[in-house]
Amino acid sequence: MRGLYFIAFKSIVIKEITRFSRIWIQTLLPPAITMTLYFLIFGSLVGSRIGEMGGVSYMEFIAPGLIMMSVITNSYSNVASSFFSAKFQRNLEELLVAPVPHYVMIGGYVAGGVARGLLVGLIVTLVAMFFVDLHLQHPLLVVVTVFLTSVLFALGGLINAVFARNFDDISIIPTFVLTPLTYLGGVFYSLSLLPDFWRGVSALNPIVYMINVFRYGFLGFADISVGLSMLVIVGFCVGLWLLAYYLVSRGIGLRT
Amino acid sequence: MTAGVALALENLRKTYKGGVEAVKGINLKVKQGDFFALLGPNGAGKSTTIGIISSLVHKTSGKVEVFGHDLDKELELAKLCIGLVPQEFNFNQFETVLQIVVNQAGYYGVPRAEAHIRAKKYLTQLDLWQKRDAKARELSGGMKRRLMIARALMHEPQLLILDEPTAGVDIELRRSMWEFLQRINQEGVTIILTTHYLEEAEMLCRNIGIIDNGVLVECTSMKALLAKLDMETFVLDLKQSQAQLPALTGIQARLIDPNTLEVDVAKSNSLNSVFAALTAQGIDVLSMRNKTNRLEELFVELVERDKGASA
Repeated sequence: MRGLYFIAFKSIVIKEITRFSRIWIQTLLPPAITMTLYFLIFGSLVGSRIGEMGGVSYMEFIAPGLIMMSVITNSYSNVASSFFSAKFQRNLEELLVAPVPHYVMIGGYVAGGVARGLLVGLIVTLVAMFFVDLHLQHPLLVVVTVFLTSVLFALGGLINAVFARNFDDISIIPTFVLTPLTYLGGVFYSLSLLPDFWRGVSALNPIVYMINVFRYGFLGFADISVGLSMLVIVGFCVGLWLLAYYLVSRGIGLRT
Repeated sequence: MTAGVALALENLRKTYKGGVEAVKGINLKVKQGDFFALLGPNGAGKSTTIGIISSLVHKTSGKVEVFGHDLDKELELAKLCIGLVPQEFNFNQFETVLQIVVNQAGYYGVPRAEAHIRAKKYLTQLDLWQKRDAKARELSGGMKRRLMIARALMHEPQLLILDEPTAGVDIELRRSMWEFLQRINQEGVTIILTTHYLEEAEMLCRNIGIIDNGVLVECTSMKALLAKLDMETFVLDLKQSQAQLPALTGIQARLIDPNTLEVDVAKSNSLNSVFAALTAQGIDVLSMRNKTNRLEELFVELVERDKGASA
């Protein structure tokens, strides 16, 4: 059956990549345009007046955070919208009636989300290179962090889709939870600038750890311990995987 | 359970949240190679039963075996045996015909190269190959129905379950689908069919189960069921207009209009006596047909009887 599972996994991934590639104007182009504007306005215009942050130019400082922000948003929204649409149009039944184990189904959708997240991350990185010289201090750490963060938010998108009953439900979390947490996650500022109280509050925001370790991979300095950050990321990945598996295997929102 | 059984249901029950009891202890066996009709009025429990067999609906209790594979113990092996054609269109409307069938084959572990070979085979057989690059939403209703059949066959299942496959399909297309289903049944695929077209069930199926109010009220061969009818009504088109009902001694008859006569004939009686009486009166019969579908009469009778019993 392992051969069957692998073919099934591959089929879900191909289907997912075909889906977001087919609608590239909605999925791949907007992050490129948005991030170009961020680099122009925050990096070039405003950043030139801010000067250095953490010992590097402001543009260089925000680049890793902006890349990570695109990866987070796209990994999440790809799975949330695709899985919910499949549920809404009932074509998820194609998978539910097939001999596909739940972990393969989750893995396939998550891999699709990761594929989009990483592709968009790559596009934004290329855009960033027009504005700033990017030097990777710890390339392996960058790759591992961006991959795990993408997995984490793809799982989050899937859980959102499982609970969603209409299309509003898959935009509520990104709008009211994900965006504020990302903006307050240290994309545009160093945590060291914050008063003690707000630094303590920021420590409750998981996105802080992801941006922190990702920036460390690029620039070689971090606000929080890299080890702790990795532990938080891995912990969330495991926790969300277990939750997603529980929900899908129980058929919550999927089977009557 | 017995060898040679494609599907076995044992005391199958389903109670939905809120207390609605959709399936109330169904016991059913469908033999391998059978063409089986599952009939019942709307809300009788047919789709719930099919949903349980195809694992889209959680059963409350009971046992389901597909070719000897218990759904509780060997779910994936059981799923491999089943091809499902659901009642409602449930494919991604933005995908092409080819993508839909090839992906579905992949979910059953069919390698992509083999999936393309099978796609050509089944899409050609169902007259959809020319439409392989069309998006599903661009297809007509009949094409969408055939696409769902092609999709269900991609992993070459031993048991094909069709939930009202010809709903909304024109007569010509329906007949071509019947021929196709008969052909794959002759090739060895066991077929379970639910339909509201009783003529369809009568024409295609060898055995029949009637579900009403979550209970299997009848399960027998089509032949045995139809034999229960002891009276048939024929409609005769007369050449000569009649002002009043012709004299037909011992035969119940009604004049519907001056050229149309309805006669009730016991199965044990010959029709010759009707023709002889009409000929004696100088009345020629131009044509003759059954008034109603025979199965429809029985179906109504069985369902009404069940309602009477539960009232």
